[in-house]
This record gives sequence, C-alpha cells and structure tokens, in this order.
Amino acid sequence: MSTATPTAGKPAKKAAKATGLTWTIADADHMTQAEIYGEVLTQAALKDGRVVALTADLAKSTKIGKFEQKVPERFFNFGIAEANMFAVASGMAETGLIPVVSTFAVFASLRAAEFVRTDVCYQKRNVKIIGTHSGTSFGQAGTTHHCTEDIAVMRCLANMTVIAPADARATAKAVEAMLAHDGPVYIRIGRGFEPPCYKDMDFEFTIGKSNLLRDGTDITVIAAGIPVLQAVEAADRVKPDGVSVRVIDMHTIKPIDEEAIVRAVQDTRRLITVEDHTVVGGLGTAVADVIAKSGKGCAFRKLGYQDEYSIVGYPEDLQHRYGIDADGIVSAIGEVLKQDFEQDEDWEDE
Amino acid sequence: MLAAAERKRLQDKARAIREEIVKVTYACGGSHIGGAMSQTDVLVALYYKYMRIDPARPDWEDRDRFVLSKGHGGVGHAVVLADKGYFERKLLDDFNKTGSPFGMHLDRLKVRGVDASTGSLGHGFGISIGMAMGARLTGRQFRVYCVVGDGECHEGSVWESAMAAGHFKPTNLTVFVDRNRFCLDGPTEEVMPLDPLDGKFESFGWRVLSIDGHDFDAICGAIETAHAETARPVVVIANTVKGKGVDFMENQTAWHYGGLDDRMKARALESIARS
Ligand SMILES: Cc1ncc(C[n+]2csc(CCOP(=O)(O)OP(=O)(O)O)c2C)c(N)n1
Repeated sequence: MSTATPTAGKPAKKAAKATGLTWTIADADHMTQAEIYGEVLTQAALKDGRVVALTADLAKSTKIGKFEQKVPERFFNFGIAEANMFAVASGMAETGLIPVVSTFAVFASLRAAEFVRTDVCYQKRNVKIIGTHSGTSFGQAGTTHHCTEDIAVMRCLANMTVIAPADARATAKAVEAMLAHDGPVYIRIGRGFEPPCYKDMDFEFTIGKSNLLRDGTDITVIAAGIPVLQAVEAADRVKPDGVSVRVIDMHTIKPIDEEAIVRAVQDTRRLITVEDHTVVGGLGTAVADVIAKSGKGCAFRKLGYQDEYSIVGYPEDLQHRYGIDADGIVSAIGEVLKQDFEQDEDWEDE
Repeated sequence: MLAAAERKRLQDKARAIREEIVKVTYACGGSHIGGAMSQTDVLVALYYKYMRIDPARPDWEDRDRFVLSKGHGGVGHAVVLADKGYFERKLLDDFNKTGSPFGMHLDRLKVRGVDASTGSLGHGFGISIGMAMGARLTGRQFRVYCVVGDGECHEGSVWESAMAAGHFKPTNLTVFVDRNRFCLDGPTEEVMPLDPLDGKFESFGWRVLSIDGHDFDAICGAIETAHAETARPVVVIANTVKGKGVDFMENQTAWHYGGLDDRMKARALESIARS
C-alpha cells in the first residue's frame, strides 16, 4: 500500500487550455476526469502507433473526441452500435493494436457484456475499456443511463482488471497504467465534474495496490472512485471527536489489495466500504470476500445502492440520499463503531 | 387531403407543443431539444387525431400503445402527455430536479401515460413489436405506434427487431423513423451511413412510406395507409429537421442537447411563433 496526501478541494474548474501538445501536471488542476483521460490517451497515441480509439456516437460526451482531432487516422466512430464495436476491438487486438474503447459505462458493461466477456476476456485480448458516466453521475438521465452494476459485471469476468480512479489526477495515472498493462482493463469514471481528491501528482498508482490516504486505528473506510474524497472528508470531520479513521483508496477493485484489507481488519476491526454502485457484487462484496477468507471477525458495513434503482436528480443530491457522501459516511462510522461482533480468541497471536 | 381547419388545428397544436418544449428546457437547464423538435409533428398527429386513449384511464387495457424508442425525446413526449391531461402541467416545472418523476428519459412506473421506459437506444422497437403481437394473441383491437431515431438505427438490435417484424408481420404496428439525419456526434451519413434506409427496411419485409415528417397531410395520409395495410408491417420514414421550428437550432449538431438562457429562450419562442 502506498501513501499519499489527499486534499478536500473545490470542484475542478473548467478549461484553461493545455498548452502545446504535451500534457503537463498543471493541467490536472483544470481538467475533469473525462478530459484528462482524453488528453493522456491522445499523448500516448502520439507516441505509440498501436493505440487506437473506438467510440459509439459518444466522442463528444466521453471526451475521447480529443483523440479524433489529434490522431484522426486511428480514431473510429461506430455509430450507436456498441456490441459490434467490442467485437471489432477484439479483432484489432489480434493484430497487435491496443484498442481503447470508450462509451457510457452502462453500455460497455451491460449492453455489450457478452461481447466483452467472450471476445475480449475469454480470448485474453489486449482491449482497454473506459466507461464514463458511471454510478449515478449522470443523475438527471435516470436509470437507463445510470450504471450501478458495472463493477460487479466486469469483476466477475476472468482476465479482467477493474479500476475506479478517485479523481482526474488518479485517472491520468490509471490510463497510463492501463496502457502499460498487458490484458483487458476496465476503467470507470464519472461524468467529469468531480472535485479533486489528490492535491498533486506526487503519489503512486500501481494496479492492485491501494493508497492509504489517512491512517487510523478505530475504523477503516475503504472507498473507490468518486466516494474516496467523501471518505477523506468524513474522516477529517470525526477526527475532532477523537475518532481515528483509516481511509483507503481501493482504486483497483480487481485484483484487489488483499493485504491492505487484512491489515485493516487486524488493526481497526471495523470496516466500511463506499462505492457509487450497488452493494451487490461490487467493491463491498470484493472486500467481504477477503474478510471471509481471512477468518477474522469484524464489524462491517457496505455503503452504496441497496439493491434498488436510483431516483432522478443532481448527482450530489443522489449521493446524499443514498448515503455515499461525507454525511452518510459519518453516520455509518457512528453506527459501525457501536456494532457488536465476535472476536476470535487467538486474535492477539496474529 | 386534410380539411384546412383540421390542418390548422394540428399545426397550432404542434406550435404550442414546441413552445412548451422550449419552456421546459429553459426551466430544467437542458434537454435533448433537437430531437424533441423533429419528432413533434408525428406525435401531434398520433396523440391529437388517431390514438384511442383515455388520459383518465392510463391503464385501460384496450388503449392504443405508444413507444418512444428514441427515449431521449422524453421531454417532448412529457409535454404532450401533460397537455392531454395525464398529469398536471406544473409537475413539469420540476423536470430533471432531484426527486421529480421526470428525468431526461421517461419512466413508465413514474409517469402516467408512458407505456415503456426507454432511453437506452434500440429497445423500444422490440417492445412495440411484443405489444402488437400481444394484442393479436389476446384478441384485442388496439394499435401500437413506435418512434425510432435514425441514429438509433445504427443499433444491431433495431435490425433484429426489423427482421422479427418482417417475419411475424404485426400489421397493427406502425413504426416511424424520425429521419432528421443527425445523431449525437454529427450527421448520420458522416458518422455511420444509413442510406438507403427505405431499401433496408424493404429487404427486411416491410412496407415503407417515405414522407415529409412536418407535413400533416403526409403524416395523416401515411397513418391511414398503414391502418389499411393487412399484409406487412409498415414503417414510415418521416424526413424531418433536427431542431425544427427554432431557426438557430435547425440542422445543428450542437443542438442535440442544450440549455437556454433568457435571450435564447425569447429568440426560440419568436422563431416558433413565426413558423
Ligand atoms: C444504447 C445507447 N447508446 C448511446 C446512447 C447515447 N445517446 C443518446 S441520444 C444519442 C443520439 C441519438 O440519435 P438519433 O437516434 O438520431 O436521435 P435524434 O437525432 O432524433 O435526437 C446517443 C448516442 C443511448 N441513449 N443509448
């Protein structure tokens, strides 16, 4: 587990044009998650002729359009037809290309699910997938455009790596890590208006290794994606009351950082997971699997959508209503601190 | 040919619906206004002349069904449903707001008068075929109408639907393609060409009627031709203009989705009044 200092920052400001062709760290201050991945991908494509971009009439919405402007000969718009696009990506990968496919998370993970599973994962194709507008970040579009199932779907596909970066800076690093990784990768990001969590680029981002953002001894909050910043804020809010909260950015949900989870169980014995996703099969389930395997007792709570479809609304309102914002995490911390659990007898021997 | 008064009645209604779309879009911050404008005349002909419906009984079993397969046109559909009396107009003031029943894509469990929850493209077409086949199997006389986007026709599932209807021949189904020639990223023929769309449907076993989708004589004529057809399902390719009625939106990729400030709202309303 690597450590880094997070910041509870203001919402990312719009624009401030990236100068020249080279993406610089300073741009991250002004770019959203979506803009950053478009930029990093474009830079990578300019250096590496194997990188190709594919989208399904969502070049503008997913921001992969930047790629189209700079590298038009390696950009392909398939129209509103997702399933075929993943099959084509699989074929392109056979020729040594690195296809990066971007569409809304709901269409990548659900509409095209069997194509992703059979054409990409089963055949171990080096296809990269970026699902935008994940969770309820596309609040007003409603359930047809929300995606609270993608982590669960992508996680259960063998050979797939699943990443949910916390903010634009983490997204920049995740995209680089994704391109360097050999094999299928799924990155889920929001709509692109998310406030920054990391205050600079001075942090490690290694696939499968979580980041420790706050150390603590009373309880651990494990989050992925947009809720990571909320977890940090919650930890800072309860600190004056003497509650010591460990916050882990579990940016890679598969393969998950088992060691960090087991250590959290041993050190704090109380765990909460937070995700902008259903609690069925996502980050919480992945963490629960590790806890169960460890054989250790602990108090545990999964925050997320409780097996339901979200109402329509502004993303911040929805995060509040479903208890995955700082308020919700603070109250869950209070409850889980009071929760009873059976401690194993040989605990101290560990 | 429609009688002059009838034609005027429909044109006036269409103008009123377009004005309402502008007002709701202004109030809610943004909507898929371009496609809502292009589909409006077809919706007006159906809802104000042909569909057998009873807004007081949205669950009436024998009602005609309507499926907006291009679900992002929901803002335009909602305005029509409010005007028909399915719910109070003032509910639309909260369109898109947290907790409102109305989001960009209408939810049949939350909005009275909506027969299918759409928004993910390429679903509503198949649902409408099922409804039409169901009417036949259960011995009911209702008709089913479905509006598909032209960009939506990129979806493979649209052609699975087209093939199934060509085979099962639900002649109580009339499908409209809102052929405004734009999808989200640009003109359909640049992003992913669809022409010849009529030839495609014909080869899948459909009777194809190609019309001006803003001419009520043509729309009504096509609907009546479809009603009289007993051998094949009918698709009406309604050639339309994206953003129809608002001069600065017409045929502009940028107006697939957008919001309006005071000035733009005023200009849009003026333009519609002139149209
Ligand atoms: C399966 C699916 N993919 C992508 C989208 C995102 N999307 C919403 S509207 C749209 C363009 C639709 O174009 P068209 O069907 O021609 O509608 P219109 O031009 O009439 O608005 C896209 C790509 C979606 N809603 N569903």
